[in-house]
Amino acid sequence: MTKTTINGRVGTPQPHESAHLHVSGEAQYIDDLPEPIGTLHAAIGMSERAHARIRSIDLDPVRSAPGVVDVIAAGDVPGANDIGGPVKDDPIFADGLVQYVGQSVFAVAAISVEHARRAARLAVIEYQDLEPILDIDTALEKQSFVLPTMTMVRGDAKKAIQRSPHRLRDRFRFGGQEQFYLEGHIAFALPKEDGDMLVHSSSQHPSEVQHVVAHALGKTAKDVVVECRRMGGGFGGKETQPALFASIAALLASRTGRAVKVRPDRDTDMVMTGKRHGYRVDYDVGFDEDGQIKGIEFVFASRCGMSADLSGPVNDRTMFHADNAYYFENVAITSHRCKTNTVSNTAFRGFGGPQGMMAIEWVMDEIARFLKADPLDIRTRNFYGIGDRDITPYRMKVEDNRLMDIVPELEKTSDYRNRRREIDEFNASSELLKKGIALTPVKFGISFTATHYNQAGALILIYSDGTLQLNHGGTEMGQGLFTKVAQVVAEELQIDIGRIRCTPSDTARVPNASATAASSGSDLNGMAAQAAARTLKERLAKFAAAEYGVAPEQVEFRDDHVHVGDEKVPFAELTNRAWLGRVSLSATGFYKTPKIHYDRSTLTGRPFYYFAYGAAVSEVVIDVLTGEYKVARVDILHDVGESLNPAIDMGQIEGGFIQGMGWLTTEELWWNAKGELQTHAPSTYKIPVASDMPEVFNVQLLRSGRNNEPTIHRSKAVGEPPLMLAISVFHAIKDAVASVGRQRLSPRLSGPATPEEVLMAIEDLNRRLAAENGRTSQGVA
Amino acid sequence: MTATKQSGSAAPSDEIRFILDGEVISLRGIDPNTTVLNYLRETLRRTGTKEGCAEGDCGACTVVVGELDGDRVRFRAINSCIQFVPTLDGKQLFTVESLRAPDGSLHPVQEAMVECHGSQCGFCTPGFVMSLFAMYKSEPEPDRARINDILAGNLCRCTGYRPILDAAERMYRLASNGNGGGADRPYAASDAAQPSAAERAMTERLRAIQRTGRLALTGPDLSGGQRTYYAPTTVADLADLVETHPDAHILAGGTDIGLWVTKSHMDLDAIIYLGNVEELKVLEVDDSHIEIGAAVTITDAHELIGEHFPDMGEMYRRFASPPIRNAATIGGNVANGSPIGDSMPGLIALGASLVLRRGAKTRELPLDEFYLAYQKTALEAGEFLERVRLPLAPADRHFRTYKITKRFDQDISAVCGAYSFRLEENRLRDVRICYGGMAAIPQRASQCETALEGKPWNDSTLAAGMEALDRDYAPIEDMRASVEYRRLVTRNLLRKLFLETSGWPGETRVLEHPNRQGQGART
Ligand SMILES: Cc1cc2nc3c(=O)[nH]c(=O)nc-3n(C[C@H](O)[C@H](O)[C@H](O)COP(=O)(O)OP(=O)(O)OC[C@H]3O[C@@H](n4cnc5c(N)ncnc54)[C@H](O)[C@@H]3O)c2cc1C
Ligand code: FES
Ligand code: FES
Repeated sequence: MTKTTINGRVGTPQPHESAHLHVSGEAQYIDDLPEPIGTLHAAIGMSERAHARIRSIDLDPVRSAPGVVDVIAAGDVPGANDIGGPVKDDPIFADGLVQYVGQSVFAVAAISVEHARRAARLAVIEYQDLEPILDIDTALEKQSFVLPTMTMVRGDAKKAIQRSPHRLRDRFRFGGQEQFYLEGHIAFALPKEDGDMLVHSSSQHPSEVQHVVAHALGKTAKDVVVECRRMGGGFGGKETQPALFASIAALLASRTGRAVKVRPDRDTDMVMTGKRHGYRVDYDVGFDEDGQIKGIEFVFASRCGMSADLSGPVNDRTMFHADNAYYFENVAITSHRCKTNTVSNTAFRGFGGPQGMMAIEWVMDEIARFLKADPLDIRTRNFYGIGDRDITPYRMKVEDNRLMDIVPELEKTSDYRNRRREIDEFNASSELLKKGIALTPVKFGISFTATHYNQAGALILIYSDGTLQLNHGGTEMGQGLFTKVAQVVAEELQIDIGRIRCTPSDTARVPNASATAASSGSDLNGMAAQAAARTLKERLAKFAAAEYGVAPEQVEFRDDHVHVGDEKVPFAELTNRAWLGRVSLSATGFYKTPKIHYDRSTLTGRPFYYFAYGAAVSEVVIDVLTGEYKVARVDILHDVGESLNPAIDMGQIEGGFIQGMGWLTTEELWWNAKGELQTHAPSTYKIPVASDMPEVFNVQLLRSGRNNEPTIHRSKAVGEPPLMLAISVFHAIKDAVASVGRQRLSPRLSGPATPEEVLMAIEDLNRRLAAENGRTSQGVA
Repeated sequence: MTATKQSGSAAPSDEIRFILDGEVISLRGIDPNTTVLNYLRETLRRTGTKEGCAEGDCGACTVVVGELDGDRVRFRAINSCIQFVPTLDGKQLFTVESLRAPDGSLHPVQEAMVECHGSQCGFCTPGFVMSLFAMYKSEPEPDRARINDILAGNLCRCTGYRPILDAAERMYRLASNGNGGGADRPYAASDAAQPSAAERAMTERLRAIQRTGRLALTGPDLSGGQRTYYAPTTVADLADLVETHPDAHILAGGTDIGLWVTKSHMDLDAIIYLGNVEELKVLEVDDSHIEIGAAVTITDAHELIGEHFPDMGEMYRRFASPPIRNAATIGGNVANGSPIGDSMPGLIALGASLVLRRGAKTRELPLDEFYLAYQKTALEAGEFLERVRLPLAPADRHFRTYKITKRFDQDISAVCGAYSFRLEENRLRDVRICYGGMAAIPQRASQCETALEGKPWNDSTLAAGMEALDRDYAPIEDMRASVEYRRLVTRNLLRKLFLETSGWPGETRVLEHPNRQGQGART
């Protein structure tokens, strides 16, 4: 039988390259790797105070605990005691000053995990307490910031607001979110000769781990190799955060000459590592009778925690997404990056974007309630135009607007208008249960705002037997990057994907790789791998032409073979011949995103190569006596360009949506008055479970989704954008709450909308309604 | 510690025996505080089973045990992270590595997960596979609601669950195509009547490792000391052990105790395990009571209690997750005495009592007299809980219990309220109301009860009752709820009760209402 095509083409729903290993438990995560004899296990001793000077530390009880081999603290770091980026404000071990409960103070290596964890509890630390700043309001009051305040301005917002027929001003808040990757942080360091170090790190950014570890050891990049085959989830939580654990493992390994593993338990992981930033938002908006915004001001203040970490770009992205899908002629956006004595917040899927979008969607909803209009109509009236009204607050032109395709279609397929009517009828007759519905759009900018991050390298090795190893700077955290890139290579060479082995991310194969983040994994690495495959294909074609005596144009890669003139040569035969013919069978590929540029001081330019779009309609039912609710139905239409793999893209959309829903519903971070996080395990921190999935969940990919830009096979990034589709759930809940007062007043609902939050918003609404009734009846009397 | 593989034979009483992949594993001298998860990962280096939380809440560590139930075998998912190795004694253990057929082909559960794109990062996947495997082996293809219930203890942060739910359906259809060993067929309705040949063979193997006498194990702790673990097989022996070792921890399902080890790093130097005492597994109903032995798991008691008290059934459906309920006992819930335990409000409202035993002596104590102060009960040294007695309600009794949580499934209550009363000519009689989460112990709302007793069931009585609740409780604020919410929801639940029991026609719940059918009658 002759094969007519290949397995694993671009655009096919190829299973995840590790699916068969996942389901059989054979996929190796770092904690599953065989341990050399004598492997030590480390535990980290943490600060018990939110803000204090360390008066004294007695680690002798730790040292003399059973099974302990080594103990280290700030003074024992031979190189730089810092894991921070440009701002050196993130010590590996606190040096005299602790700035949050859970901050790393020392580490102990012992013969087993349990020995180490027990020993870590024995330290005697005396603190001299300093006044902690635990929330945004206090930080603003005290002008406590990790980075300077930024502003983005276009037109004259103040004047435009004053001149507008209507004006609304208010403040609202929403909380942060724990990444809750199922595999916690882990690092496993193996000392090599000449002081070199191999570190297995569950990291979205191995090259950063490499640099931090090298600096901590007082060494250079060439001395450290960092490897990661796969992560059990990352979601941004493993972008900068792994460096702490990797450094500690490497430091202890270098001191003891033994392999050292650092695997914090879930509670430690959640207490020690950064999360999504919680925000306070103030807005002032002016609009006309139709609800079109004439001028808008936002003041964002986010809880960054005790250090800068990624708070700069995260907050920038909030500013870049405060427009979401809407055109503002006059806009002023201010962003305060508040320093608090809590864990330093970091990347989380969406990277500040969700908070910006939440803010503007909130304002849209308020305008609609004020005008007694359907929020969808207000949204539509404010959409970016095509050909006009298309300049963003940061001066980038929106060239690829898909919302005019997406929103009307979704409105139709979801039967939005009829359901809105039915819901009103239901609410009129149902006293205890109320329904709500909302449609919200997403426009999300694709590219790292740090322009230099938008580059990638790949390495392909072809063996003489016709099989390949594929490597690139991207990391696999479940998002299916390795699968997609393998499909790109299979497509390029027209060979079966089964010939390709995806190899671990490894700083020894591709140097200086960017973090796998900003949804850019397949855009960047797919292109780099395609370039490498092209180089090899050209070499092979040239060789085949010479070998078989035909013109290079007569060599065609097809059906897992190489067609040379009339002859159909098996791929393995050609590669073997090429080897014998002394052809180089390895190649690197490189890619950098074109067109992008931007000025950090004014926040203007073209920070994004393109935008990804989508929209969702959510319907909920709430119980007005308890605040409990169910998400009854969700319809999504999302633009992934020409999908590289529709099954994987679907997984990203559904998974992202549910994760976003968690952020805005049940996932609540709760600190007590001492600044101790009390929701630090799944028993207290509630991410969605199976039954939280909407009973009806219709997800469609936009059919006409070809990317305007020549991205890899005209696909679009899909990692982050769908998370923000869940903003519709929040607004559906708000809509249901509003029906308690027959839509007369707008509810004050904060995120996350836990049942408690919902019930309290209903109470508040009832109080305001009663007060209003009191006023009107007084007026009548 | 020594481990030997052998086929079943009479073994000394200090040896644990269980079956793994068809072989009998015999263990001696293992630290009895070793969890099954750590034993699998660190000793056997079977690393397919993952740790996601070490507190029973994420399901990454899910394994399946096969255990004898008369002449049948039951397959049950459990959380290996909080189960101690000695509790495997007499059982068959299945881990994700057990599932591939001898020829290497994937099990239908695994195959379905691949086909439906049910894994992304894959870290949760072995746990899901095992929860689904337990279902595959023990019930015919269920509906979505049941699949949701089965998976309530498995968290996935990547997929959003839809593909996993699809796989749960697909796996039933992938069954044996006859080629290769991947032909483990799913449970079928016919299996209910009669065990298959495979089940009979498994029964035989399990019988061979059952013991008649007590298991008494000693093993090393971390710092050179010794720990002991007893698993008696008769109540008399249990009573004897508890009396002679009053400091030993009584271990039932271990779903509270396990966490003392994995989270608080406590040393449990002496443990007495109830799970092998058949007499404590009685679950009987007579004219007046349901008798629930202390070793009866929530899974086993769930249906019977639910038949009589639908809202208790609904509460237990939402109590923890199937793997937890497969281990956890009602006795353990009651004895642990947490102020947020979910059984107690309902049991107290229904007038349940406890049979406590010390040596050969037993006493019966009303449950509402059992709790003395925060985590302090009337249980005396050397005494243990033998049975819970739940009186059947007269036909005209109304009963409700509501569990209020941030997330419906697998969440600890912020508040749990339970109410029981009769209506005589629309007057409230025998009112018993109890809330959890509102005080340091599960506590009756005595002022509210007084405000209601004998009054007509109408708006003004309701208002008086709601007001009385404010006086009954002084709740605290924590990560589960604020004081205001606890107070408010406590009052509002009374209103919900009123609406549901006074013929109000509207819908009252966002989840399916188990009482719906029989409203007004014995509900
Ligand atoms: C993930 C998770 C979710 C949970 N969800 C819930 C929930 O939704 N609602 C809820 O109420 N609880 C919940 N729990 C708590 C726990 O599952 C219950 O309290 C359970 O009923 C305890 O029973 P057990 O058999 O596991 O008790 P064990 O852990 O074995 O014992 C608990 C305590 O009771 C004592 N004890 C047990 N049996 C006896 C006896 N016969 N005589 C004297 N003392 C005895 C033990 O010594 C110990 O002090 C949850 C736990 C986990 C890990
Ligand atoms: S590891 Fe999370 S339930 Fe066991
Ligand atoms: S696949 Fe990653 S947690 Fe489920």
